[in-house]
Amino acid sequence: MSRGFKIVAFVVWLLLFAWGVSGVFQRLSGGRELANYGSYVPWGLWVSSYIYFIGLSAGAFLLSSMINVFQVKSLKKLGRFSLFVAAITLMMALLSIWFDLGHMGRFYEVFTRPNFSSMMAWMVWLYTAYFILILVELWVEMRIDLAKRASEGGPLAGIYRLLALGYKAPQGEELQVAEAKNVALMRKLGILGIPLAIAFHGGVGALFATLSARPYWHSSIYPILFLTGALVSGGALMLALVSATDLLPGHERRAPIMALLAKIVLGLLAFDLILEFAEFTIPMWYGVGPERDLLMEVLTGRYWYVFWVFHILLGSLIPIILLLWKPAKEWAMGTAGGLIALTFLAVRLNLVIPGQVTPQLKGLESAYVDSRLRFEYVPSLFEWSVVAFIVTLAFALFFLGKKYLPLRVPDTEAV
Amino acid sequence: MTNVPDVQSKAKATPEDRRAFFKSALAKASGLAALFGMSAKAKAEIPRSEVKEFLDPAVDPQVNHLDRMLEDLERALKKPMEQRKWVMVIDLKKCTGCKACTVSCCSENNLPPGVVYRPVVEEEVGTFPDVRKKFTPRPCMHCENPPCTPVCPVKATYKRPDGIVAIDYDVCIGCRYCLSACPYNARTADFGEFYNQDAPEIMDYEKRPNFEYGREWKRDPKDHGSPIGNARKCHFCLHRVENGMLPACATTCLGGATYFGDYNDPTSLVHQLVGSSRMMRLKEELGTEPKVYYLV
Repeated sequence: MSRGFKIVAFVVWLLLFAWGVSGVFQRLSGGRELANYGSYVPWGLWVSSYIYFIGLSAGAFLLSSMINVFQVKSLKKLGRFSLFVAAITLMMALLSIWFDLGHMGRFYEVFTRPNFSSMMAWMVWLYTAYFILILVELWVEMRIDLAKRASEGGPLAGIYRLLALGYKAPQGEELQVAEAKNVALMRKLGILGIPLAIAFHGGVGALFATLSARPYWHSSIYPILFLTGALVSGGALMLALVSATDLLPGHERRAPIMALLAKIVLGLLAFDLILEFAEFTIPMWYGVGPERDLLMEVLTGRYWYVFWVFHILLGSLIPIILLLWKPAKEWAMGTAGGLIALTFLAVRLNLVIPGQVTPQLKGLESAYVDSRLRFEYVPSLFEWSVVAFIVTLAFALFFLGKKYLPLRVPDTEAV
Repeated sequence: MTNVPDVQSKAKATPEDRRAFFKSALAKASGLAALFGMSAKAKAEIPRSEVKEFLDPAVDPQVNHLDRMLEDLERALKKPMEQRKWVMVIDLKKCTGCKACTVSCCSENNLPPGVVYRPVVEEEVGTFPDVRKKFTPRPCMHCENPPCTPVCPVKATYKRPDGIVAIDYDVCIGCRYCLSACPYNARTADFGEFYNQDAPEIMDYEKRPNFEYGREWKRDPKDHGSPIGNARKCHFCLHRVENGMLPACATTCLGGATYFGDYNDPTSLVHQLVGSSRMMRLKEELGTEPKVYYLV
């Protein structure tokens, strides 16, 4: 990366971060007056970005777990990196949904007085377990390298020692034994992690799907669609990050990894589009039924471009063309991955918002007039600024992690 | 000058003068009534046959329905809570769409902007000249199987033994899952707004506390305490009902279209009304079993 590009990127980051900090300050001090969601569209950008980020996390995590469980040797180097991305995106998701709460200070009640009939309570408990598992997995993955760095000394040795939690770096033959132990342990943790990630992200889909009052959401395909979407977007994000960073150095080494990952993402994207086709065509094939108008609103309504331009054109067609046309080119794979991962927010917005834009009772839209009682929604700049804060914070953590954590799997461990 | 009214002498009219005037007017009127073969008493009563389609047999026009409901309420309050079942009946033929219920509800509960418990849904049916307005007041349905309570992650909203679906304002985390789950859009979120928030001063009437669920809830623009940040909804004016008063909407309904009482009391007015052949409930097919009944 050229120096000029780095400076421009840093200035953009700084501006976005400052804007984000101002948004968060407003959120914490003034509440939600500046948000555009209301009582009839109660869930807006923050809930959509929450399921977007948590999807990225579940996707990246499932990728890393499958690598560990099925011992996918060609992707082995990707495991630790995916895990780290899963942790960062999970943090983004949790921040997103926390800012969305009417009483941010009461979030702990989900732990102190949970209602296990609620899909939301299940979701919180499951992703808490998931969070703990990610931390444990990250620690197991990196403990040998952390301990090594701690013993090497230097200004950060203390921090590495703290992160290693007292783990001592093995020497000589012991090292190989320890590494083999790590592989076995990661496999076991992955076996635990796969069902957990499926349960919690399927649970996020079920959170919407179980509401019988919302015909747009009340469909058995929703949890499946959420999971497939997680795998597509998480895999695509990894593809973009691998091509944009130097965590897997050397063209020869990363080209086959990226090619395999690109094939996986392409297959998953195709599967996701088939599911989506079913989601759209089945309820509206004969042109009658409660979902028809909602789905038509998505396809031909005021915000048609969210579906057609962002999701279909930029998020599906162009990536598919790139991946089929230039299957071995790094730039093509990276661009395709980036486009899919970025535009997946449009898919998430289209899952959340249209389900809320028709009144439950005809005429309710004009019964009592207030800006919070409208059946339409476009995120406000304030809402975007809070998302900008979360994204810029994540970028900062990502670069700090990339720089200071042993995210690169050492060659000795490479198989 | 003789045609100019004697303003001064009129202004000095005594109560005796007025009584004499009314007496003579009444005498003239009763004379007219006698001429057409009607007694003064009969004239005060509109023949039932003429209005029977507007009257439910359960409603006796001779008895003030508010008095009757207050008596029903008094009887119900003597019973233990779990033996009561509060229901509301709304006669759509009597509803004039005046929205006095919406306004009185806002006033009773000091509702801020964006929070509404009982909007009146208006629909135009038919085309000119065969057209009419249909008004449907929509309080919380207080469903027997509420879809909003099982979704709450922290058990902040629940169904009470007397059937009222309540919210514990101290517990609600403001996730708004219940808003999404309600098939009637009967829940709204309190965004902490004030009608005069962009004006130089927030008026005192906006800072008045409300007394929902029998407690004083202060409203301070600087403090974001509950119910700000919470989900809110109609609670059948529980704080009034438990003190022997009818819900604000029932008391203020101009058309006398809103009835309230204990369904478990077979002698209550609401029990009789629910048995009407005109009875219907909203979205019956969902199986929510609303406790708000409409007479159509």
